[in-house]
Amino acid sequence: MNPEKPHFFDKPANVRFVIRALFACCVLLLALDFVIHRHVYHSWENLWGFYALYGFVGCVLLVLVAKWMRTFLMRDENYYLRREQAADRDEQQSGGHTDDAL
Amino acid sequence: MMPFELPPFLFFYLAGALVLFTSGTPRAVLMLLIPVVSAVNLWLTPEGSYGQLAFLDLQLTLHKVDRLSILFGYLFHIAALIAIIYSLHVRDRMQQGAAMFYAGSALGAVFAGDLLTLFVFWELLALTSVFLVWARRSERSYRVGMRYLIIQVLSGLLLLGGIILYSREADSLSFVEIGLHGVYGWLIFLAFGIKCAFPFFHNWLTDAYPESTPTGTVFLSAFTTKVAVYALARGYPGTELLVYIGAAMTCFPIFYAVIENDLRRVLAYSLINQLGFMVVGVGIGTALSINGAVAHAFTDVIFKGLLFMSMGAVLHMTGRINGSELGGLYKSMPKTTVLCIIGAASISAFPLFSGFVSKSMVMSAAIENDYPWIWLMLLFASAGVFHHAGIKIPYFAFFAHDAGIRTSEPPVNMLLAMTIAAALCVTIGIFPEVLYQLLPYDTGYNPYDATHVLAQTQLLFFSALAFVWLNLRHMYPPELPSVNLDAEWCYRRLAPSVLQRITGVVVAANTALRTSAAKLVAWVLAYISRHHGPDGLLARTWPTGSVVTWVVVLLAVYLSLSLF
Repeated sequence: MNPEKPHFFDKPANVRFVIRALFACCVLLLALDFVIHRHVYHSWENLWGFYALYGFVGCVLLVLVAKWMRTFLMRDENYYLRREQAADRDEQQSGGHTDDAL
Repeated sequence: MMPFELPPFLFFYLAGALVLFTSGTPRAVLMLLIPVVSAVNLWLTPEGSYGQLAFLDLQLTLHKVDRLSILFGYLFHIAALIAIIYSLHVRDRMQQGAAMFYAGSALGAVFAGDLLTLFVFWELLALTSVFLVWARRSERSYRVGMRYLIIQVLSGLLLLGGIILYSREADSLSFVEIGLHGVYGWLIFLAFGIKCAFPFFHNWLTDAYPESTPTGTVFLSAFTTKVAVYALARGYPGTELLVYIGAAMTCFPIFYAVIENDLRRVLAYSLINQLGFMVVGVGIGTALSINGAVAHAFTDVIFKGLLFMSMGAVLHMTGRINGSELGGLYKSMPKTTVLCIIGAASISAFPLFSGFVSKSMVMSAAIENDYPWIWLMLLFASAGVFHHAGIKIPYFAFFAHDAGIRTSEPPVNMLLAMTIAAALCVTIGIFPEVLYQLLPYDTGYNPYDATHVLAQTQLLFFSALAFVWLNLRHMYPPELPSVNLDAEWCYRRLAPSVLQRITGVVVAANTALRTSAAKLVAWVLAYISRHHGPDGLLARTWPTGSVVTWVVVLLAVYLSLSLF
């Protein structure tokens, strides 16, 4: 069996390169805030790097809150299925009629 | 003027009927030809009302063409054609036929000139689409389909109730602005809201769409919810409540999307998030925001279809769709990876992709019309959608850790359909005028000013930075096989448990009642038999003499009474 040829992201150097490119883009975009004068609709936008900050903080909060939500929202994969199947079994066993008092 | 001015649903219904009796190449040719012929027919139909007929005392309009409906008309033709190409390899009469009837019903609904016609197609949408859910032919899909059908039919019943009340108030049934007046206004609003996946009514979507077949979901994602957006845009433009509902719809699903494992369910949640932007646009109600809402519906059908197609291709080729079981597929499905990333860039509203030119209209309208907090929510949702749909979907399916799956690219027809959708995403993104000239209003809006492009790019790149940072710090929640509780818990868990309890109590009470009644009857029988039984007091045979004595005593009493 031939070993598979390594793919792009199999090399850690390539992964590092992509991440560094992203960092460089982020720095460049922030720097552009000095050069390009945005026309502003709302006072919040006057804050330097408002969109960058909002995007970063918003996403970190999103993930952390979602992670926290798992503590009370997460159930196992068959949570609903088990009960539905149990209900079906009960119905089949009793033949749909429970009228057996008297 | 025949054969033009025919309502488009006729073509699709005819195709649906023929599909049931053909197979192989003729069926493929037929299915490809019908959307093209129908689109040409629509293109040649001038604006106006056609197919008017009187039913009882009501004036019905089967086919009404104006700027709003024709936009959705073209959109549904494009969506149907792409989805048909994507599903050409499928050998399943029921599924293919249902898909054609379903697309036809959506077209019937958006060209309905009156509310009764709308109602008929509204219910047909439900009845035809449920077959796409059932098409997986598993026990699970049967259950999901039943739940889906019940909720959809409920929406139709509310609509019918609203129409009946409306017909008493208004002179005609023609589908014009309704507004939240009276009971009828709220009933119809609720009916539209259920199909539009308003919060708490949204779980039919996240329940059913991921359970359909790889091809069925592509059809499903295009039509039902967009018909609802169209209906809201026509019936409730400028209803302020919609702004708040829409903002909620953009925000809450993204939390679920982050922790959801089934990647098609992630897309279903992000579909609700995108609908939120449209609902906000309809709610603001200015020319720009309505334009934004319908433009976003247009672009969303295409990029969301593209994302569902790419995930469908993954499911089709690997048989898996959970993020926890996938990864590293870029090695064996590079073309699908690239197409998926184009869809992801479009939904994230990267400049030069289609989402950017439509979503920005709604955002601009929100800030211009003094909804700063709503605008902040939309901005958060924009960052969030990039996070879960833009990064999470491609990352966990195609990159992340290599799950060791080695497969190949999907069939040519699937790749072709995805390529067409991707080409449309990029074309609309680079040349927004193509889309803008179809919109209901002329606002002269230009999305590509330096401010806007820079702001959006900053937002997205720093969202990506957040993803990378969280991953490097190992703080990103891993994909786990799980079910996350949502509003559906109320009807899938709470209601059955409560019903079960109530049934238990009723059964116990019934048993107790019957047992005590049986005891009572037994006691009565014993009592009677004691007095009337063989040796009972009242059943005893008395001697004649004693009877005569008693008669004499009785007569003596009468006599003494008569003396006074």
